[in-house]
Amino acid sequence: MSLDLKFTYTEKKDTRSGFGDGFLEAGRKNPNIVGLCADLIGSLKMGAFQKEFPDRFFQTGIAEANMIGLAAGMTIGGKIPFAGTFANFATGRVYDQIRQSVAYSDKNVKICASHAGLTLGEDGATHQILEDLGMMKMLPHMTVINPCDYNQTKAATLAIAEHEGPVYLRFGRPSWPIFTPADQKFEIGKAWKMIDGKDVTIFATGHLVWEAVVAEAMLREEGIHAEVINIHTIKPLDEEAILESVAKTGCAVSAEEHQINGGLGDSIAQTLSRHNPAPLEYVGVNDSFGESGTPTQLLEKYGLNAENIVKAAKKALKRK
Amino acid sequence: MEKQSIEQLQKICTQLRRDVLRMVHAVQSGHPGAPLGCAEFFVSLYFDILRHDPNFNMDGKDEDLFFLSNGHLSAGWYSVLARSGYFPVEELKTFRKINSRLQGHPATEEGLPGIRVASGSLGQGLSVALGAAQAKKLNGDDKLVYILLGDGELQEGQVWEAAMYAAHYGVDNLIATIDYNGQQIDGPTEKVMDLKNLKAKWEAFGWEVNEIKDGNNLEAVLEGLKKAKSLSGKGKPVMNLLYTEMGYGVDFMVGTHKWHGSPPSDEQLADALGQLEETLGDY
Repeated sequence: MSLDLKFTYTEKKDTRSGFGDGFLEAGRKNPNIVGLCADLIGSLKMGAFQKEFPDRFFQTGIAEANMIGLAAGMTIGGKIPFAGTFANFATGRVYDQIRQSVAYSDKNVKICASHAGLTLGEDGATHQILEDLGMMKMLPHMTVINPCDYNQTKAATLAIAEHEGPVYLRFGRPSWPIFTPADQKFEIGKAWKMIDGKDVTIFATGHLVWEAVVAEAMLREEGIHAEVINIHTIKPLDEEAILESVAKTGCAVSAEEHQINGGLGDSIAQTLSRHNPAPLEYVGVNDSFGESGTPTQLLEKYGLNAENIVKAAKKALKRK
Repeated sequence: MEKQSIEQLQKICTQLRRDVLRMVHAVQSGHPGAPLGCAEFFVSLYFDILRHDPNFNMDGKDEDLFFLSNGHLSAGWYSVLARSGYFPVEELKTFRKINSRLQGHPATEEGLPGIRVASGSLGQGLSVALGAAQAKKLNGDDKLVYILLGDGELQEGQVWEAAMYAAHYGVDNLIATIDYNGQQIDGPTEKVMDLKNLKAKWEAFGWEVNEIKDGNNLEAVLEGLKKAKSLSGKGKPVMNLLYTEMGYGVDFMVGTHKWHGSPPSDEQLADALGQLEETLGDY
């Protein structure tokens, strides 16, 4: 039996390709945009930009700390640096560099982080960072964005090029359904209500937005009408959209490819506890590291797929 | 800025040392030793070498830029910035106090003119300066980027990432300087973590190394910095090894790590100020 999905797809693609294509397009629009990469140009899909604008692209070698400092320095003189590497090396490895030279100094640097989360897959836990959103959202001045598919990642990349200030843009490796429109307008900090519902709200970010879309159809078969809200911007968080939805549904689920500690769910809980305490269930990694496996296997084993969102939604409903 | 005579510059050095001591004494915290040793360097740069505009703008297009990687020398930097017109000399009295633009370590957050990036967590400045130098090249701006690093700071790995990068890209519009005073918080660098042959290290990384043997002699520093400038633009980044004495100018502070991060007492301040003539008027 096939599900009656409110969003469907005909093609799958990796979100990192959305970044690469958006980066090239942004570079064509604005000659001040420059690129930096720490020996992962192919993995980050930055090669097309490098080929078209070789003078505006800087291979830094395997030296991420230096790359972050370089990017901060290039903003002095008006450049808009996009610094790319794996999410693990783009955050934890260089946290102090980002904190002092980028965030505290309020530099117009775009930190572009691929291969985030469990869906990186077979490389295993050393590379599967699940703490990056927390680290980045804690930094004052930092904007944190985690788009859900190829189209949204491309739109987000174009949007951050126009935004003044430090940004952390998180995307991933696996081939993933393209279910959002190619011509979408990406507004930083503005949540997108994808599906209307009345019983429970699912706040999802990144790859798990697709899982939330699937979960909504599964819940609907059982007569439960879930509202699905795409939180592509973790910070600044669209508190108004969150409160408006929960005022209607009375309970919620957060879904993210990240540790529960410090993730999107934590931010939503802060908002709810201040303004409208309501039951909130968390779909995320529960204080553990990942491991090798396929993306599908990992999402299942760590409890991050549509089935888990359905379970969490039912639990939240019972607590109303 | 009008060029000043050696005698005038010497007077500014003395005043800078008085400023540093009084600032650190007033809040009983801060780092007097290294800025005392770098007075000649700061004054030579800001009153002679740099082509700069005290009407500060962040981008610094068509100006020489200066970055301080070893941010704990803030008292010395703030003094030279104020004395060269970036902000009122009076403001030096707010150093390290609440609601001040003069943070313990340099920062941009409060908008202090002259500061282009925060520093204090060591090892990051060279990377930032390199980025700024490359942005100048992209902008067709022929001015130079200067940066000061501490010698102890070279123990940070990021410095060597940047060292490799600078030579790889031939960033020859950058003139770096190491405050080679041989001291760090826990003791002499050779005991804490020996830097061994720094000249050979930087040369091996592909830099042009320029030794300034007497970093507390104003004429030697000026001459050394002019030579460094003549070495720029030739395909290699330039590194000055500036041999200084921590605590220079105050007999009981000179040549020891003990005054790295300790303020003088009232009596010690009086003793120190007695050795340094007030030349431009205390703040």
